[in-house]
Amino acid sequence: MSDEIKKFGTLSRRGFLKASVAGAAVTAAPTILINKAHAYINEPKGGTVTLGFNVPQTGAYADEGADELRAYKLAVKHLNGEGDGGMLNTMTNKALTGNGVLGKKVAYVTGDTQTKSDAARASAKRMIEKDGAIMITGGSSSGVAVAVQSLCHEVGVIFMAGLTHSNDTTGKDKRKYGFRHFFNTEMSGAALAPVLEKEFGNDRVAYHLTADYTWGWSQEGSIKKYTEALGWKTKAAVRTPLGAGDFSQYITPVLNSGADVLVLNHYGKDMVNSLTQAVQFGLRDKMVNGKQFQIVVPLFSRLMAQGAGENIKGIYGSTNWNWSLTDEGSRAFVKSFGAEYGFPPSQAAHTCYVQTLLYANACQMAGTFNPCGVIEALEGFEFDGMGNGPTEYRADDHQCFKDVLVVRGNENPSSQFDLLKVVQVTPRAQVEYPASMLGGELGECRA
Amino acid sequence: MHQIITPSSRGKDLSILLIFIAVVLTAPLWGSLIGAGYPDLLQKFAIFGLFAIGYNLLFGLTGYLSFGHAAFLGVGSYVTVWSFKLLSMNVIPAVMFAVVFSGIFALVIGFLSLRRSGIYFSILTLAFAQMSYNLAYSVLTPITNGETGLRVLRDDPRVIDNALGVTLEGSPLGDLFGITLTGYAGFYFCAAMLILGFWLSLKIFRSPFGMKLVAIKSNQTRMEYTGFNPRPYLLSAFVISGMYAGLAGSLMAITDPLAGAERMQWTASGEVVLMTILGGLGTLFGPILGAATIKYFENIFSAINLQVLENTFAFMPEWLGGIMVTITRPFVGEGWHLTLGVLFMLIIIFMPGGLIEGFRRLSRLFGGKKAASETPAAESEGGVK
Repeated sequence: MSDEIKKFGTLSRRGFLKASVAGAAVTAAPTILINKAHAYINEPKGGTVTLGFNVPQTGAYADEGADELRAYKLAVKHLNGEGDGGMLNTMTNKALTGNGVLGKKVAYVTGDTQTKSDAARASAKRMIEKDGAIMITGGSSSGVAVAVQSLCHEVGVIFMAGLTHSNDTTGKDKRKYGFRHFFNTEMSGAALAPVLEKEFGNDRVAYHLTADYTWGWSQEGSIKKYTEALGWKTKAAVRTPLGAGDFSQYITPVLNSGADVLVLNHYGKDMVNSLTQAVQFGLRDKMVNGKQFQIVVPLFSRLMAQGAGENIKGIYGSTNWNWSLTDEGSRAFVKSFGAEYGFPPSQAAHTCYVQTLLYANACQMAGTFNPCGVIEALEGFEFDGMGNGPTEYRADDHQCFKDVLVVRGNENPSSQFDLLKVVQVTPRAQVEYPASMLGGELGECRA
Repeated sequence: MHQIITPSSRGKDLSILLIFIAVVLTAPLWGSLIGAGYPDLLQKFAIFGLFAIGYNLLFGLTGYLSFGHAAFLGVGSYVTVWSFKLLSMNVIPAVMFAVVFSGIFALVIGFLSLRRSGIYFSILTLAFAQMSYNLAYSVLTPITNGETGLRVLRDDPRVIDNALGVTLEGSPLGDLFGITLTGYAGFYFCAAMLILGFWLSLKIFRSPFGMKLVAIKSNQTRMEYTGFNPRPYLLSAFVISGMYAGLAGSLMAITDPLAGAERMQWTASGEVVLMTILGGLGTLFGPILGAATIKYFENIFSAINLQVLENTFAFMPEWLGGIMVTITRPFVGEGWHLTLGVLFMLIIIFMPGGLIEGFRRLSRLFGGKKAASETPAAESEGGVK
């Protein structure tokens, strides 16, 4: 026995020798990851700069992910001076010249987040460690966005959040390296409440069905906060798992709960399923407490409306952007997206497209790809002509502030895409809140 | 009958171990040849290799098909993150607690599930794992933080670190006495654990204990007649493989301080079954090979997009390149599951012994007798069914 141990002893020593030799050889190669001599991670060398597009290609938010990817590809085209230029022609305060970024051609890599934090982080790590991506963008779920944002902050690359609506992304989980153009549930609540009061009165009883993760909790909280301020009561708030598919077991109890408004804090395929089932169960035909039963979907998108078909007619919600807007920027974007793919873009596509352009523009303004310079350029940046009117990237929490759209499912759509009707454009001042309200800490940029 | 364990000389085992160590430690070199030479994927290779080795000790040796091993993976992750939060960012206590807790958890679930065998055992483990998943997902959210996942925060208590006056610079990351375990450092830590786990597995394969596990697989009734009670052996194998899973889960949380409920989902349990079968059930190297293959597909194939394809076929005339892109498009990118499915089917139909059997056939074909005799005994008879 002792003989054997001895043998193993010598062998493992030899093994360790081998290990250290191999280790030295290996660590020498990808010095970019460890070596502090370089100014920043993944500094672009040569004629290209690589962006990482991390979107859900499978799972409950796959439709949004596919549309986001289309928008990213379009943005890359426009940045490289191909195509008709899209919003590059309408953006104000612009440093971009339409021949790449800082003279480098924009290239990209893609990955599948699977709408799971683990998979999303693995995919983002691959882009950073293997493909040399200088910026990560995407995500169609706040859980994923928060997870990837903190990863990017740890590593030191910029994260331009795609479709993420939870307050936490730029609230308690905000990070120095993360930026969000999309609006949040606080803004949705503030914009939606006055419309709900006008349409449904102020003595309603609400029942929430909530997707059980950070975004659902956030939206439930915001809608409760603003509707209860109107005088509404909240009967119950039931959490449902993400990607449940069948919501009948959650909808049945609503029928006899005494509530007269159902708030669906669902998104993507979940919302399509829960809304369809709620309508099939006859909720909208019911009279409760002497009032017509109503359904509210606080976060609405055209992709979901398309999935839910007839059922969305007359239903209220809020949205970040809709293709039917007639400002110059929106028209330019819809035109070039339509020419490329044959149908109008969704709000997810819009925010991702804008984020890519904003990042590129910030690099151009800063004159470097160094994240610290880019962050400085983005903080407090004001721009217009990107579809939302005058917009500002607030320096305190890296959240964009702009007008919010309240929409209603179109009763008489003129085409298969004309599904949402804008009922009110809530001005920025009405949805603005102090950055300190949501807590969190940005941290520092490590130059 | 299949004889998995053949008496082999110590020297042979040592050379197996040596080869293994060499292959693992040079992974960054050969990994970069196939586009896998970056720390995150290499860490995944090591972590899931470890998971599959442990799983193989149960499924490969005793034939008991557990569909719930992801639960132990999840327990390992959660315990590790909690150790980071409450005690210290040092990984030593984190790993120890993770292994111990997942062992205890496996003991409870194993004690209950092993009252049945065959399909009933599988269903029981599946049920327990699904219960654990749902608990982690929505019931125990104060402990697990639900879908968002448990994260290490800057203002966590970390009593040991605070008592020792260790202050946190930058983000909280797992460390080993001052070495931050991310990137290649993280990989070498995982690799060390993998080698340790492999060595232990080798020892179990060769031990009388391992022999009894195989006896359970070949004929449990006969074993009982000879005076052995199979239950304690089964339970031990179950607990050991649960601890391996816990260790793997712990390493996942160490290299990336986050624990999410989706790690416990039944798909994750199914994945380790696939890994083991794909690589070669009941063999020493097979499970690791299977784990690496699946992770490679998940990370590399899923990233091949239209742009990459067009570049790949750019050397062809445009029409031919177009056709090639159209043909290959469904099998890469978001279609990586399809490729993996086809591969899995082909392997099960033509090489039931998994990838290991394929290598054995190749070596017999090209290397003649010499190569075949060099093949480790454990592999050469590894194929089951």
